[in-house]
Formats: sequence, C-alpha cells, structure tokens
Amino acid sequence: MIVSVASGKGGTGKTTIAVNLALALGDSVPVDFLDCDVEEPNAHLFLHPVLEPCEPVTLPVPVVDESKCSGCGVCAEVCAFHAILSLGGRAITFPELCHGCGGCARFCPEGAISEAPKDIGVVETGWVGAPAAAEAPAGEARRIRFVHGRVNIGVALAPPVVKAVRSKATPATGAANEAAKGVVIIDSPPGTSCPVVASVKGSDYCILVTEPTPFGLNDLTLAVDMVRELAVPFGVVINRAGLGDDKVVAFCTQENIPVLLEIPFDRRFAASYARGGQLVRDFPELGDSLRGLWRQIRAAAGPLPEEAETVR
Amino acid sequence: MKELLVISGKGGTGKTSIVGAFAVLADCKVLADCDVDAADLHLLLSPTVRATHEFRASKQAVLDSAKCVGAGQCGVGQCGAGRLGLSAVCAEACRFEAIGFANATLTGSNVGRGMSVVSTGSAAGAGLPHIVPHIDSVSCEGCGVCARACPHDAISMEDVVSGHWFVSDTAYGPMVHARLGVAQENSGKLVTQVRREARSIAERQGLDYIITDGPPGIGCPVISSMSGVDLALIVTEPTVAGTHDMQRVVELARRFGVKTAVCINKYDLDEAGAEQIGAYCRAEGVEVAGRIPFDEEVVNALVLGMPAVMHRRPAVEASSGTSGVAGDPVRSQGQAEQAIRRLWAVIEDRLRSS
Repeated sequence: MIVSVASGKGGTGKTTIAVNLALALGDSVPVDFLDCDVEEPNAHLFLHPVLEPCEPVTLPVPVVDESKCSGCGVCAEVCAFHAILSLGGRAITFPELCHGCGGCARFCPEGAISEAPKDIGVVETGWVGAPAAAEAPAGEARRIRFVHGRVNIGVALAPPVVKAVRSKATPATGAANEAAKGVVIIDSPPGTSCPVVASVKGSDYCILVTEPTPFGLNDLTLAVDMVRELAVPFGVVINRAGLGDDKVVAFCTQENIPVLLEIPFDRRFAASYARGGQLVRDFPELGDSLRGLWRQIRAAAGPLPEEAETVR
Repeated sequence: MKELLVISGKGGTGKTSIVGAFAVLADCKVLADCDVDAADLHLLLSPTVRATHEFRASKQAVLDSAKCVGAGQCGVGQCGAGRLGLSAVCAEACRFEAIGFANATLTGSNVGRGMSVVSTGSAAGAGLPHIVPHIDSVSCEGCGVCARACPHDAISMEDVVSGHWFVSDTAYGPMVHARLGVAQENSGKLVTQVRREARSIAERQGLDYIITDGPPGIGCPVISSMSGVDLALIVTEPTVAGTHDMQRVVELARRFGVKTAVCINKYDLDEAGAEQIGAYCRAEGVEVAGRIPFDEEVVNALVLGMPAVMHRRPAVEASSGTSGVAGDPVRSQGQAEQAIRRLWAVIEDRLRSS
C-alpha cells in the first residue's frame, strides 16, 4: 500500500508525520520510506539512514552534430520548451530548458540530433537501523528501507527526480512478495503543482497535513482539489491544534473529509523537532496515535487487491 | 526601484507573515505574491481585485477518436507496451507516460478506466475492437511529440488555461498575485508574469520597492522569482530542516549572483540552533538581518486576517487610513512585532545602498 503525505502549505508537519508514521509502523510492517521533496529533502535529518553511494538522475538532452545539421530549423519549431534555437543556419541548445521529450531528435530530418544524459540530480537508497538487522528474524525490529533524491541546485526540473525516487520503491506485485503486505510512505513536497502531483499520483491514500490557521485552511482547500483531481482517497491531520481557530475542522465536516488525527501544539514537540528528534521516541503516546491513524487508513482504503485475491 | 524577494527553502518558516508586515511598514511599494501554487498573502492584505487575466502558457494533447485508427493499427506491433500488448505510435513516442492503455479491460462492456472503445464499422481490421489510447491530462507536459508522430493526424495540441493572475488594490498599495490551476504546469512562467506586471506597475507609478513573497523550495518557481532581484531575504528557523534548506537556497542565490540576507524566525525555540545558523552565515559572509522570537500574537493576527504589525491596533485607528507608524502610543507592540520593525529598518537600508 502506498501512502503519500502532502500539504499544500509548507511547514505544516508533512515530514514529521511521514517519519514518525514510518517509525511507529516499522516494528510490525515492512516500510519503504520515499522522500520525494527533492528540492529540500529533510527526512534523512530525522531518520539518519545509512546510505549507499548515490546514483545520478539524468535527463536526455539534445546534442547537435554540426556536420549533419542543415540549419532547417525543424528542431526549434518542434521544441515546445524553447530549448533549441535555430540561428544563422545552426541549432543552438539550452539544456537547462529541456524537458527531455525527445522531439528534436525524433523529427530532425537530417538525423543530426542525438541525445546525451545530463545530470539533474541524485537518488540515494539505504536503510534506517543497524546494518546487522538486515534480515532480522520475525519478531525483531525490522528496518525501514529509505530512498530520497536531491535535484541539483540551479536545476528547475524536479519531477524526473521525483519519478526516479518513486521507481526505487520495492515492487509490491505478487502476493508471494512480503513487501506487498508492507507500506510505502511518500513524503511529498509542499504546493499543488507538478512535483507534488508526481509524488502523490498513484498512491492508495493521501494524508493531507495542515494547521488550524487561515493559511493552513486556504492551502488545504487547494490540496483537496488536487487529490480529488488525482482520484486518491484522502484524510486530514491537523497539526498544532489549539493554535489558530476551528475553521479547518468546520471545512472538513462540511466537505465530509475525515480528520484522522489532531496533534496539539506543544513547545516540547517543537523543541524535539527542532533538534532532529524522533517524536515517537520522545513521546511514545504519539506512536499509539499514529498506529490508530494507520488503522483508519487501512479501513478507509478497503482490502488491497492482493488480499482480496487471497480471500477468494 | 529596488526589488526584495522573501524566500526560505523550507515552507512554513514565516515568509508570508513577514511580507505582510513589510507591506505595512514600507512606503511606496507594489506587492507580488509569487507562491503561485499556494498563494496566501491575500489572506493578510485583503486585496480588491481590479483585473483578472487568464494564464495560458501550456498546451495539451487532445485525441480525436474519430481520426484515430486504433491501437495496433497505426504502424507499431501488437506486442508493444501495455499490459494487454496494446500499443500505438503516440504511446510509444510519449516520454511522460501520459498516453496508454492502463487499466484497460477487454471483457464485458469493453470500456474500462483509462481507455475508450469506439465501435466504428469502417475501422481498419474489421472485427477487432477499435481501441483508442487514453491521454492523461495530468501527466501530459504539452511537448507535442505525439501530435507530430501520429500518422493519422488524430492528435491536436490545444491551449490550456492553467491559471489566473490578478492585479489588485490593498490598503497598503497595489498587489499582483496569481492562482495556478490544480495540478498544472508552468508555475515558473506564471511567476515571471506576476513579476513583469509588478515591475510595470512600479515603473508607471514611480514606486520605490517591489516586495515579493516567494515560493518554498529551490525549483522552477523559485528560480523564476530570483533572477535580477536586488536582495533575497531568506527566512529560516532554528530547526535541523530549516537550517538544511536555508543552506541550499543560499547556494542557489549564489549561483544566480543574488545578494542574500537571513532572518532567523522563532529563534527562541532553539537558541543553540539559532546560534549555529548565525555561525554558518558568518562563515558564508551572509548577513543575519534580524532575529524574531516565537510569539503567538503573530498567529492571532493571522487568524484575524491582518499583518502582524497591525494587530492590537484599535479598530478606529486601523480604519482611519493613517499609515502604520512605529511607536504608536495607544498600542503596545509584541516582541515579534518589534523585531519585525527592526528587520525592515535593516532591509530598507540594505536595499537603498544596493
């Protein structure tokens, strides 16, 4: 099951919820943790994974063979992103604008354009927990598989890096695969545009984290529109409850959106978070709350396909 | 005319609250909200919208099922991509997995999620179902490769209204803001549009400042917000995440040759963490222009929909039209407010001398 954690507004507590949900479940369920906020990844600061060497994420960008280029300008006409200009009988490329659609290479009548990989970021995978626990016997604390990505500074195009992170999830196909019974937790970037869509799309459930302020409410309504557009079932977690007002609750009631959990504002939580602490370790009662949240999500999502097959 | 951009890397550090306060404190300015996919500044400044404009920067592939000859009929083998071995030129050309036959079912009604089955007697390969690929508008990036590749001219590229932008008046001056459509692309171009309009207003009206509320992150809309600004104020907080994200955004600004200053918001939540930020800034030659304590009054002001420096001002005075004057005797200033006023004094000085 894939559960994404998103928010609209930044700084509402996405990473806090995602990280602590992973820790709360990690003892009983195999967990893949994917940090898809590739512009500003933070989950590693709380989970301290042991990472393997990073793999580059590349985008195919055009390379023009000047000896073959006739200067016809088809490539510049094809490119919807203005990443190729045809000037003075030459094709000039702007790789930083390229989306990697391959149109220029495909349609160049002279076969003068090939594609070369351009580094736009990295993906790192690893494990949270002691390396010796790799194949922990049943009953012992399992480890959390961890993946995150980082878009290179100055690169505008985050979605391909997000997709690269998601491609590293343990395949959840086949009832024989134990991971199929596990959970993939996705920590999404803030907002509602392309990097968020790339993170949330295709998940089985989305947790929208908000705070009880006008900013939190405004951005929640935008995030609700987005998850509805993507047809992903969702519920809301209200963080820092007690600050602000009760309009978020009123909105959820009116829209029939389940409020899965309210976490009260508490300076001790803020202080633990500030130092990179794990709230479920510092405040074990939050672990119980998050396991309760998980049971609600499982109930709302209904039986998973592989479980339905098993039942039959 | 000087342009100030307020950014943070990490979201939720207080960018918009600070811009809202600057809106009150600065004279002769235009405000721009460049956080186009989760804009919030309007909640503090209550703009009256004077003009609304459609934002059209993207195109989207639209398939004409009457022209499409159907999967497997247009020049690619039946053994291509797709769960059912279905394929089509367009689906193979698309790099964004926007065209496909996902979830297709050939049993029952022949109509499944993600595909359309059209029965036409004249379809090539009589007897075979006419299976038209599905174009997922959310995944489509508008590159147009499918439309050019289709041998039957069945795909056209159509304009999409992917958002709106607004020119408004507020009690504190003109404001330009926008709203990107849900799950839309091209936030960077919308940011550029908002900035262009704000600059044009500033030039026409002879204003001193453009004050821009930026988006979180370091990606496309942030890069579009940053080019050519006179100063980027980075609002951070003393948390491991806030510090980490600030460092990436400082590097980004350096890459684009933009001068930066840092404000440590809610510094008293972890004073040791705040000191580490200060040490980082000293080492990098970045000025710490202000430190703001955590103060629930900032949240209370937000709940009332007003900038933090206006809160607790008696209603009579707020409506009398007098500009925000420091040291108003009838109104006590909270600690955060005092810090924000000092911050603006420093920032204004840096802008003037930049």
